This record gives sequence, structure tokens and C-alpha cells, in this order.
Amino acid sequence: MNVDLTDTNASQIASALVRARRAAGSPAMGMVLTLIVVTDDENCDEAMRAAAAVTTEHPARILGVLRQSARGRSRLDAEVKIGNNTAGEAVLLRMSGELIRHAESVVLPLLLPDSPVVVWWPNDAPDDVASDPLGNLGQRRITDSANTTRSAKTALRTQAKHYVAGNTDLAWTRLTPWRALLAAALDQHPVTVTSAEVEGERGSPSADLMAAWLQSRLRIRVIQRSTSGPGLTCVRLLTRHGDIAISRPSGHIATFTIPGEADRPVALKRREIAELIAEELRRLDEDEVFARTIKAYVKRVATAKTAKSGKR
Amino acid sequence: MARHNPLRDPQDRRLPRIAGPCGMVLFGVTGDLSRKKVMPAIYDLANRGLLPPGFSLTGFARRDWADQDFADIVHDSVKQHARTEFREETWRQLAEGFRFVPGEFDDDVAFDNLRRTIEDLDRVRGTEGNHAFYLAIPPAFFGIVAEQLKEHGLAEPRGNAWRRVVIEKPFGHDLESARELSAALAKAFPSDTVFRIDHYLGKETVQNIMAMRFANEMFEPIWNSNYVDHVQITMAEDIGIGGRAGYYDGIGAARDVIQNHLLQLMALISMEEPVSFDARSLRIEKQKILSAVLLPERLDLHTARGQYAAGWQGGVKVGGYLDESDIPSDSKTETYAALRLDIDNRRWAGVPFYLRTGKRLGRRVTEVAVVFKPAPHLPFSETATEGLGQNAMVMRIQPDEGVTLRFGAKVPGTAMELRDVNMDFAYGGAFVESSPEAYERLILDVLLGDPPLFPQHEEVEASWRILDPVIEHWAKSGRPEAYPAGTWGPASADEMLARDGRVWRRP
Repeated sequence: MNVDLTDTNASQIASALVRARRAAGSPAMGMVLTLIVVTDDENCDEAMRAAAAVTTEHPARILGVLRQSARGRSRLDAEVKIGNNTAGEAVLLRMSGELIRHAESVVLPLLLPDSPVVVWWPNDAPDDVASDPLGNLGQRRITDSANTTRSAKTALRTQAKHYVAGNTDLAWTRLTPWRALLAAALDQHPVTVTSAEVEGERGSPSADLMAAWLQSRLRIRVIQRSTSGPGLTCVRLLTRHGDIAISRPSGHIATFTIPGEADRPVALKRREIAELIAEELRRLDEDEVFARTIKAYVKRVATAKTAKSGKR
Repeated sequence: MARHNPLRDPQDRRLPRIAGPCGMVLFGVTGDLSRKKVMPAIYDLANRGLLPPGFSLTGFARRDWADQDFADIVHDSVKQHARTEFREETWRQLAEGFRFVPGEFDDDVAFDNLRRTIEDLDRVRGTEGNHAFYLAIPPAFFGIVAEQLKEHGLAEPRGNAWRRVVIEKPFGHDLESARELSAALAKAFPSDTVFRIDHYLGKETVQNIMAMRFANEMFEPIWNSNYVDHVQITMAEDIGIGGRAGYYDGIGAARDVIQNHLLQLMALISMEEPVSFDARSLRIEKQKILSAVLLPERLDLHTARGQYAAGWQGGVKVGGYLDESDIPSDSKTETYAALRLDIDNRRWAGVPFYLRTGKRLGRRVTEVAVVFKPAPHLPFSETATEGLGQNAMVMRIQPDEGVTLRFGAKVPGTAMELRDVNMDFAYGGAFVESSPEAYERLILDVLLGDPPLFPQHEEVEASWRILDPVIEHWAKSGRPEAYPAGTWGPASADEMLARDGRVWRRP
């Protein structure tokens, strides 16, 4: 059921939510968290769709924050959606005028009592997400360095510079299947890795993070190379017995190479945004491994800079 | 233990538990169990990236098939029954590891073939000698297959490798046969390598029982005979026996459901808190509680059984049990069974546990209802509390997974009038859809060698020890009482509770 509210406020939206829930005949609330989606006109539909898909795994109240023109008088329109094959509620908040600088005043009264709050910027995010008034409401802040209007490198560097516990980036989430395979490879062949190579699309933040993760875990030199992508295309662990490699030139099926054995195909599909968000929502505490990876990444960036200036 | 893998970090909880290099040999590939549950679960695991890259599946059956025919069977079953979407790349990864070995269970050549196939897989797929044998075949053949596996050197692992065997219920039909079965398997496989699948224990909602009990503070203080009046455990099916006449007749509801599912549920509801959630600690608690279970002295008064007769089930006219094909017209097999059990310990003394199960009942539902004592004093007039029942906490196992709390509330209006209301927590319809099937979890646990969710033979024997006297009593006392299909069982079941001053919940 959909309810459109024009020129409204948070308390009218809250009572519309209760009314809609009553009308649906199920006053029980099984929702486990509030997901705030900070988006713009261009990406709004896609982001809200992905968020709705996530509710099948994590029943949630979704609050879409859509900031429109800053000109004119303050105005808030809302679209309330309940049911429609999602396990939760969704409200799209369209703001304009001076209000766009005070979006948190609309969102705060609409948060589910006591439950965790997650803020997601599907595209551009503020530099310091943790001290952003909206980001400040959540214990988890999700950015996506690979999907911003600025260069992915800059985006990831900015996130790294302002990293605090609770921040996370989808460029990191995309790596989970790769990391799982690599870890499984070393379970199977407990050999010493002497160095590693990571290949990926130019500027792929996932490739940067993969290199940083390998360096922080294995304490070895990791070389990065650019390819035409898509995304991460190859990770190679060099050992005395030969290379352990996963290469995925196509973005679908990968080849898994282990010394002394025939190559095997493994399914390693690039995942949809909704799947990535669902993974993020599974744990809401700090991701210590990401924290250490980010630290290693910052170090790598610094070393690369010194190397460059040294050359000159 | 192999040396530490530097890419693994205990804090890295994103990395899934992927089974190490291994393969599975499936006996009985054409059966319903294999096609509807095991094969789709394997595909779903692969699709979620939880199987090792070289995972191999070998089929063994009395068919004149090549590897490709077997692959076609798996393909059809996956397309039809898998939970996750069909992806060509996952399929390709999986299909490379399919093998088929034709043969009878007493055919030495076939088992030699099987050994060669497995050794070949170790070489080309890197399964490293780790293999699970899934016996999706009637239990009568467990013995011979186990023996053959041993004879042909398949049961014994070399070096660090493992061999495991997976079996499905029924685990015998009484204490003696259960022991024989364990003994037959034990000849080839030590007891810690035998994985007994009770798919109920793999269900998220069953595991949630333990989460509810041991992760919360508000339920534990009232989880005892001071506050609990009685507990009802129900597993009702709306279907008849369908095509399972051969299996079902002579077995009946008590052996089919109470011995395993309901007694396991009862153990989880009533056991003390385990020291930890590892297999050993859980098992100790379950065995302890099962050994404290007390049967009623008068089995005639505190048990009930029935057999469905023709009737209307949910708008469809259905025949009775005796009308089903291949059922002898004088069959005494019960399709409904109910009994009262008590637990002889401090926590539960005086709290009866009522277990019931049946086919062709009102609707399909499995639930555990903990019914609390009435408030010791009600400061309301009698008329005000007429609509007030006992508080209850209901754990809904399936369908509509969730938890219901039932308590009294004031009816809106000027008079003080109280009535029972339900507060529902839904595990969420869609939520459950994307949560893994019980078989996925259990098969993964077999491959990982993680046994907490599998009952050991001691538990199985303990539950037969409880049930055997009841079944013997029934065998001596005539025919089960008929009940019309689509109702909630025979009148004797209602009388059985009425004797204790209680009534069955309508689930």
C-alpha cells in the first residue's frame, strides 16, 4: 500500500506509517533496523529498489533521503510504502529549500526505537561520514568508492583519511568471495607466500584494498597492475612451489590455479548492490579486519608517493 | 592441526566457513530424498560459494548410466528444487566433478570401481582423500553398504584425510534394531564419523529455541515448574501417507515422528544450559534430560492413538488410511499418536509434556507451546475474566516461523473486561525464504566435520528406550481409534488431556 503526503512533517509521516500498518492487518513489528539511504534524483529509484530487496533478509524501515533544490521555501513531501512484497516499510523523503541542510531533523523522529541505524550513501558521500549529521545517527556508515562522481582513488583516500570504527565501503564488501577463495587455497596448501600480484581495472578501489589486505595479512610485497577490468581481474600469490592464482577476466567465471593441479573453473560473479548491502547488515559491530586493511592502504599510498617523488 | 593460515583471522567474520577439499558419494540417487533435498542443497551451497573448488559428487545406483546421465538427473533436480537462482557458471563448476558408478550393493566389481573413481578424483580434482558417503537408501541396506565400503578399503582414511558416513531416519524401529544398525555401521565407521541427519535440527527456528532460552534473561527465571503448567509439542501434517505405504505401514506416527523430531524438540526445550555450544556439551545435556524422562504408569490413560478415516480435508474429499493403495485393510498402524511424558528433575517435576503428531490433521503446523500457570489471584470480578486463559509462549517451527506470546489485555470500553491477545514475532516470510534450507546447513556441517546438530547413537537409543514400552502397549491393545480426516485427531486424545484437567491448543 502506498500513501503520498505533500508538504508534510515527521509526525504526520509517523502516523501514516502506523495507519498503513494497521490497515495491512499486522500490527506486529518484526523490523530489525532502520536503513537510511542518502541519494539524489538520478539514482533514487535504483537505490530504493536495492534497499527494498535487502529487506527480504533484514526486515527494515527504509528512509530514503532525497535532497532536491536548495532554493525556494522549505518543503517536505513523503511517499510511504508498506507491503508490496517487501518485509518492512519504506519512506521516501523529498526535501527542498533550507530543509535540505537539516535532513536529520526529519529522520530522527522516524528511527525505529532501540534498533540499530545504518546509513548508506549509494553514490557521493560527505568526506567525513561519521561527523555528517545524518551519518552521525548511524552506528554503521556504508559508502561506495567505486560509484562516486569523483575519481574512485580520491574517494577511497578520503574515506581512509576519515576512517572511524563503523565506517565501511562496498569496495571492501565486493572482495569477500575473493578473500574466501584465497583463504581456502591456503587452507588447502599451507605454503609460504613470498610475494603477491593484484590486477584490476585502473582505479578499482577493490584492487587497492585487496593489495592492502594481502600486505597486512601476509607481510609481503604486493605489486599492483592495471588491466581493462571489469573490477578486480586477477590475484596471484607467489610461492616456491608455484603460483596460486584466481583470475577472472570476464567478470563471471574465474579460473582457480593451484600448483601441481589442473586449473578449475569457479563461479565468482560480480554481485548486485542488494547482495552487498545484505552482507553489510549481517554484522553491525566494528569490522577490525577492514580497519587494519585501511591502515595498510594508507601506508601503501604514502609509500607510493615517496617512491614517486624520489624518482623525480 | 595444520599450521596457521595467515589469511584467516578470527575477527574476520565475513569469510564464510568453506569446507576443505572433499567429495561426496551419494547412494540412492533416484530417490525422492536425493532429488528433492540433497542435490538441490549441494547446488545451493556451491552457489553461495561454500563448497571447495574441487568438490566432486559421485552417484552410485543400479542403473546403466554414464556420468552425463547422472549429471542430467542432478540438473533436473536442481532446476526444479534449488532455492537459489540457477547460474550457468556455478553449474559448470559443479558439473565437472560429477561421476557415476553403476552397480548393485553386493557387487564387488562396482565397489572396486567406486574406489578407483574416488582415487581418480583425488588426483584430478584435489579432493585429497576426504569423502562423505551419503546413504540415501533404505536402512536395511546400511549394513551391507558399510561392509562393502570397508572391504574395499573405502571406509578407512589415509593420513590426515577423513571418511564420514551420513544416514537418514529411521534409525531403527525399536531399541534393539537401533543397536543393530549402530553396530552394523560401527564395523566400518567409528561412531564420531557417523552423521545422523534429523533435518528438523538444521532448521533455523529450532536453533532459535536455544537462542531464545540461553541468550535472554527474561525467560529463564520462569522456565520451570514454579511457573510452567505444562508443555505441548505438536507436529501436524495435513497430507496423508501419499506414496509411502511401503515405508509407513507397520512403522506408524510414533516411530516416524515422536522418536526423533518430537523428543529432540522436547530435549531442547527442557535441557539445562550446556557449558558451551560444542557437540559434546550439547549432547551431554540432551542425554541427561532424555534419561530423566518418565513414562506414565497407566499407558492406557495417558497415551492415545488414531488412524485417519475418510473425510474432508481443507475442502477436498479424501480417503481413509485403509483406503490408501498398498495398505492392508486390517492394518493397525497408527497415523496419530499422543503421549504424556514427565521429567524427573528439580526444574520440571510435576510439569507434563504432551507430545502429539498425526497425518491428515486440521493443518500443517509444528510448534512448541509452553503454557503457564494461571495467576494465583485475580483482583477482577469473575465476569471480567471469562475470556482470560493461561499465558503461553509458542515457538512456531513451521510454517509461519516465529514466536507468539499470549497474554491477557483489557478489552476497550467502559467495563473492565479481559481477553487473551497474541503478540507475534514473525521470523518473516521473506526472511526465511532467503535463509538456508536445513539440508544446506547439515550437509555443510558434515563436510566441515562439525557435529553439534547430529544426534549420536546414545541419544537415539535413549529415545527408543522411552518409546518402546508405549509401542508394545499399543500392540497388545487392539486397533487405533478412527478419526475423520481434516480434524484434530481422535476423541481419546482429548480425553487423555481432560483427565489431567487440560485441553489441547488449537495450533
